[in-house]
Amino acid sequence: MTTAAVTHNEKHRGHYRFRHAARMEWIKLRTLRSVGWALLIALAGMIGIGIAAGVNTRNPRGDVTNNILAGGALGSLVFAVLGALVMTSEYSSGTIRATLTAIPRRPLVLAAKASVFAVVALAAGELVTFAGFLAGTRFLRASVPHPALSQPTVLRAVALSGAYLCLIGLTGLALGAIIRHGAAAVAVVVAGLFVAPLAGLARTGAGKFMPELIYANSLVATQPVQGFTVSPWTGLGIIAAYTAVLLAVGGWLLASRDA
Amino acid sequence: MVSAFRGQSPVRSVVCMIDVTQMIEVRGLTKRYGRVLAVDALSFDVMPGVVTGFLGPNGSGKSTTMRMILGLDTPDRGSVRIGGRGYRELGWPLREVGALLEARAFHPGRSARAHLTALAASNGIPASRVEEVLGMTGLRGAAGRRAGAFSLGMAQRLGIAAALLGDPGVLLFDEPVNGLDPEGVRWIRDLMKSLAAEGRVVFVSSHLISEMALTASRLIVIGAGRLLADTTVAELSARSASLEDAFLELTASTAEYRATGSPS
Ligand SMILES: Nc1ncnc2c1ncn2[C@@H]1O[C@H](COP(=O)(O)OP(=O)(O)OP(=O)(O)O)[C@@H](O)[C@H]1O
Ligand SMILES: [Mg+2]
Repeated sequence: MTTAAVTHNEKHRGHYRFRHAARMEWIKLRTLRSVGWALLIALAGMIGIGIAAGVNTRNPRGDVTNNILAGGALGSLVFAVLGALVMTSEYSSGTIRATLTAIPRRPLVLAAKASVFAVVALAAGELVTFAGFLAGTRFLRASVPHPALSQPTVLRAVALSGAYLCLIGLTGLALGAIIRHGAAAVAVVVAGLFVAPLAGLARTGAGKFMPELIYANSLVATQPVQGFTVSPWTGLGIIAAYTAVLLAVGGWLLASRDA
Repeated sequence: MVSAFRGQSPVRSVVCMIDVTQMIEVRGLTKRYGRVLAVDALSFDVMPGVVTGFLGPNGSGKSTTMRMILGLDTPDRGSVRIGGRGYRELGWPLREVGALLEARAFHPGRSARAHLTALAASNGIPASRVEEVLGMTGLRGAAGRRAGAFSLGMAQRLGIAAALLGDPGVLLFDEPVNGLDPEGVRWIRDLMKSLAAEGRVVFVSSHLISEMALTASRLIVIGAGRLLADTTVAELSARSASLEDAFLELTASTAEYRATGSPS
């Protein structure tokens, strides 16, 4: 141990930056076992559902790509739960107090956590959707068209499916920051993604603004869906806007509440 | 953060060999949780070079005060300065202040090494320092295991390793000997004394007067969130037949107040 008093002045020059917070969050993310498990489940789900959908696609004029990417519903649930747990486990374990004493600028903490999570979730999201798509197309019958990534609409559908998983994961993380309790945050995510469309709201005008319906009818659609007028990029924008608003609210609450 | 008392801050030219720029200055600190006034207009200084005990009955506001010093809870009124600055203004917080909090502050699924490595990265502390503090706290053999499986004593050592990580000049320990065996208690006592002897600020809370008598030389005594005494162990024990008697006399009024005034 050195004598603290002597080294005081030269030791304390400078300031932590975003990159320090991001490095901490990256180490924390990759040392959580649940992250690996969640991504493995998402991968198995996207591939399994992709293959099942591929085998069962019989209509030669149907949207084959859309069918194969049906696993996005399960995938989004896994990503949302993972995002929520990445945040709420800080509270349940008490790690949040270590985190905030290390980086007391709280909006910076959330920005770093969300950025690191976004990069990992985007890479993982694209990986699992591309894997699910490639697996599903291998099991298609000869009687239906075989979509290929060389077709721009197909490539767009698969790429946006991965981006969707990332955004929904971030939404889960933001809700985790707002609600701070794992089970409650997951319940809100499930309600928002799956219960609202089932509650009969899907057929009303509000359906255009529901993430899972935007996903199925717009993001991964390679043929226009009757009565659903949201373009893929507008759909992605709507979901990104939800994510941004929830992250801003989460950041504000993190900064204003006691830890 | 409130900066109102900057103008009236104590004169720094204290005749003293140690660096007083690291002192903790608590001024008018007040915190209410619903109907509970946890900390009530509390003011005191903690100086470097000696172990300062923070003594008070259960629920008297010690942990709340520590959390406010660390910027975790925001005071309703008043302020805390560490070396003249609020905690949230520190450039490299872990290199200036180390803290062991009452509750565990690590994820049970992560290893001790991963937890410390993450904290080190946040404050630009070299990874070699992680191995150093693991060695200092006797955790090197267990560093790769899930911290959730740690015993109380090992968990406490991990908290202390985190506090020492940045080799800070200011150290806060909230009930560090809770649940430790005699060997662990002795180890923490010696550690705190040696940290203070190196010229650091060492501020330790406890509700055990007997423990503080062995560790601390200065004492801040609170009851029901209010300052009851800012004194030394020698001064306090001279007041009564024993240090314990003196402490109980001091806190008797607030304990009564708590018993009748507490909403629970
Ligand atoms: N987050 C909180 N929400 C509501 N009340 C709280 C909170 N934290 C502390 N309190 C209340 O504030 C008072 C002071 O609590 P604190 O934990 O600071 O006491 P303490 O001196 O550390 O006690 P102990 O010796 O038992 O650790 C208590 O009445 C407690 O119930
Ligand atoms: Mg306490």
